[in-house]
Amino acid sequence: MTAERGDILKVTDLRTYFPVRSGGFIPRVIGQVKAVDGVSLNIGPGETLGLVGESGSGKTTVARSILLLAHPTSGKIEIDGQDITHLSSAALLPVRRKAQMIFQDPYNALNPRHTVGTIISAPFRIQGVVPPGGVKAAVAEMMERVGLNPEHYNRYPNEFSGGQRQRIGIARAIALRPKLIVCDEPVSALDVSIQAQIVNLLRDLQQEFGISYLFVAHDLAVVRQISHRVAVMYLGKLMEQAPRKTIYTAPLHPYTHSLLSAVPIPDPSLQKRRSRIMLEGDLPSPINPPSGCVFRTRCFQAQERCASEVPPLTEVEPGHLVACHFPVAEPPAAAASTVAAQAD
Amino acid sequence: MTGSSMAVEPPLLSVKNLSVAFPTEDGLVRAVDGVSFSVEKGKTLAIVGESGSGKSVTAQAIMGIIDRKAAKMTGEIWLDGQELVGLPAGELQSLRGSQVAMIFQDPMSSLHPFYRVGDQITEAISAHRSIGAKAARAEAMEMLRRVGIPAVERRIDDYPHQLSGGMRQRVMIAMALINKPALLIADEPTTALDVTVQAQILDLIASLQGEFQITVIMITHDLGIVADVADDVAVMYGGRIVEVAPTGTLYHEPEMPYTLGLLSSVPRMDRDVSTRLEPIPGNPPSPIRLPPGCVFAPRCKYADRVPDGACMTTRPELLQAAPDHLVRCHIPSEERREIAQGVLRVLTGGAA
Repeated sequence: MTAERGDILKVTDLRTYFPVRSGGFIPRVIGQVKAVDGVSLNIGPGETLGLVGESGSGKTTVARSILLLAHPTSGKIEIDGQDITHLSSAALLPVRRKAQMIFQDPYNALNPRHTVGTIISAPFRIQGVVPPGGVKAAVAEMMERVGLNPEHYNRYPNEFSGGQRQRIGIARAIALRPKLIVCDEPVSALDVSIQAQIVNLLRDLQQEFGISYLFVAHDLAVVRQISHRVAVMYLGKLMEQAPRKTIYTAPLHPYTHSLLSAVPIPDPSLQKRRSRIMLEGDLPSPINPPSGCVFRTRCFQAQERCASEVPPLTEVEPGHLVACHFPVAEPPAAAASTVAAQAD
Repeated sequence: MTGSSMAVEPPLLSVKNLSVAFPTEDGLVRAVDGVSFSVEKGKTLAIVGESGSGKSVTAQAIMGIIDRKAAKMTGEIWLDGQELVGLPAGELQSLRGSQVAMIFQDPMSSLHPFYRVGDQITEAISAHRSIGAKAARAEAMEMLRRVGIPAVERRIDDYPHQLSGGMRQRVMIAMALINKPALLIADEPTTALDVTVQAQILDLIASLQGEFQITVIMITHDLGIVADVADDVAVMYGGRIVEVAPTGTLYHEPEMPYTLGLLSSVPRMDRDVSTRLEPIPGNPPSPIRLPPGCVFAPRCKYADRVPDGACMTTRPELLQAAPDHLVRCHIPSEERREIAQGVLRVLTGGAA
C-alpha cells in the first residue's frame, strides 16, 4: 500500500457484513452477506480513485461505509488523518464538512418539497456556517458554477431534467468546499450527451477546488476519463489496483482483462477486430462465496490452488496491486488493453 | 438457406410515416413524429436515441401494444406483406409471438412472478399451436438448453425470482423465440446487466439470429453495442429519425450534427484520455413543445450556418445524402461532410 502521509482518505481492511435473518416468528441470524470483505485503499489530495465492479461487487457498500451510511463491521476509516470509524453522529458532524457524497439517482437524492435554494443551502444551515456575503449569495454563486441559472433559486426539483438535478446534487456537495466527494455512479442514470457534461464538470471542479474523488462506477470508459488510479472489485474484495494507464493498458488480473474485453467500443471496424474473453455464468452468492479466490468459478486461469488458497493482494510494482495466483501479463491480441494502449 | 442475394426481396418490415401522439392534460405529446424505415430479412437494424427520443414507442407500435384508446396512431407498418396499423386486436394478438416478438430491459416485465418458467414457455407455445403438454415441455426444455440455461431439468421448474438477472434474460429470450418469429425487437435488452453478462447475451442473440434467420431491431442508447451488432442504424431524436445509414458509414462518415454530438460525447477506451469530452450543450426538447423547425436546432452548433434561421422555423425532411444514407438537416451535404470529418479528426487524433 502506498500509504503516504497527507492522504485525504485512508481505508484499512474494511469489512461490512449484513446479517441474513431467517423468516418465522422469531427471526434468527442464519448467515452473513459479506458485502465488503477486507478492502484497503487510500486517496491523496486532488486525486480521483475510480472504483469499478459489477453489481454485487460491493463497490456501493464501500462508498456508503466510508461516510458511515453503512456501518463497518470492522476495519478503519480515516478522513484527513482522523479516525472516524467509531464516531457518534454528533461527532461526525464536523467531518461531513470535509467529506460529501453525490448519488446515482438524481431524482431520489433531492427532497421534492424543497426549493433548489433550500437544498443547496442545507449544508450551511446544518453546519451553522455563514459564508462571507451571506448564504443566498453563496448559493447563487454555486449554482452558477455548476451550470444552473441562479434565477431558478425558488424552483422545485421536478422542474429540472435529470442532468440539471445532478448539477443540483453537485452544488450541494461542493457548498462547504469539502476535501473529499464520494461519487456513487454519478452519471449512470443520465443520457450520454448529458453524461459528458457532468464528467467535464466534475473534472473542472477538481481542478478548481482540489477536491479528491472516490468515483464508483461500472462503466469502465467513464472511469478511465476521470480517474488517476483505478481499483477493481469483485464479490467484496479488491482484485487489482493500479494507476489508470496501467489498469487499461497492462492489467494483470484475469477479471480486469475480461471486464475490459467486454466493453463494446463505439467503432464498428475496431469492434470486429477485437477478441472477447467470455466469462461463464454469473456472480456467485455473497452469502456463500467460493473458497480460495472468489473469482475462480468464472476464471479462465483457475487451477486447483485457486480453490484452496486465497490470493493475497500483493504489490507487483510500485502502485500496482494484484490478488491472483496466475496473473495474465500478456494481453490477448486486439484486446481492449491494446486498443487503449494506442490511445494513451 | 436461400440467400438474400438471389433476388431483390421486399424488406421484412417497412414502416411508413408512423406517428404516435398521446393527448395529455398539458397538451399533445408527439412521441413519434413521421418515422419511416425498413429492415431486410435477417438483418439487424439498431435504433439509437436518448430517453424521450421515441425509440421505444416506435417498437411498441410495431408490436401493436400501444393503447389505441390513449394514443393517436397514423401511418403504415408492413410486416412480411401485411399491414399492421388498423388490424383488429385479435389478429394482432395472434401475430404477436408467432411473427414478431419483443424482449425488454427488465425481464420481470415479461415473466410472471407466480408461475414456473417452464410453464410460461409452454403457455407461449400452446397460445399459437395445438401441441400436447409433453411435447410442449420437451420443446421448452430444448429451447432453454439452447439459450444456455444450466441444469435445465431442474431450472425449468424454477420461479423467476430463483434465477439471476442474466438467467432471466435468457429465459425471456427463449420465450420470445419459441415460436420462431420472423422479427425480434430487443428494447435495451442488456441495459440492466453487467458488462460481462451483457457480452454473453449479445453473443447469444447473434448466434440465435443466424440459426433461426431472425430479423432483429435493436433499440439502445449505447453506441458501443450498435457498433457490435448492427448492420444499419437509425438515429432518433425528438420523435423523428434524423439519420439512417449502414453502421460503418454512420461511424466513419456521419452527417447529422446530432449524430456527431453523440459520437463526441461518449467516452471511449480508444481515445486519448486527456482530450475533453465534447458534450452536446443543453437538454433534449420536451415532446409537448417540440421546436417548430429542426428538433435539434436549439442545441445545434451549426444552426447559424443556414441562412434566414431556417433551422429554427422550417422542418427539414429526411433526404438522401448517398444511396443508403438518409439525413434530416438543412446544412448542404458537402458542408456537413466537411464539418463531420473535422470533428472526427479531433476525436481520433490520439488514437491509431
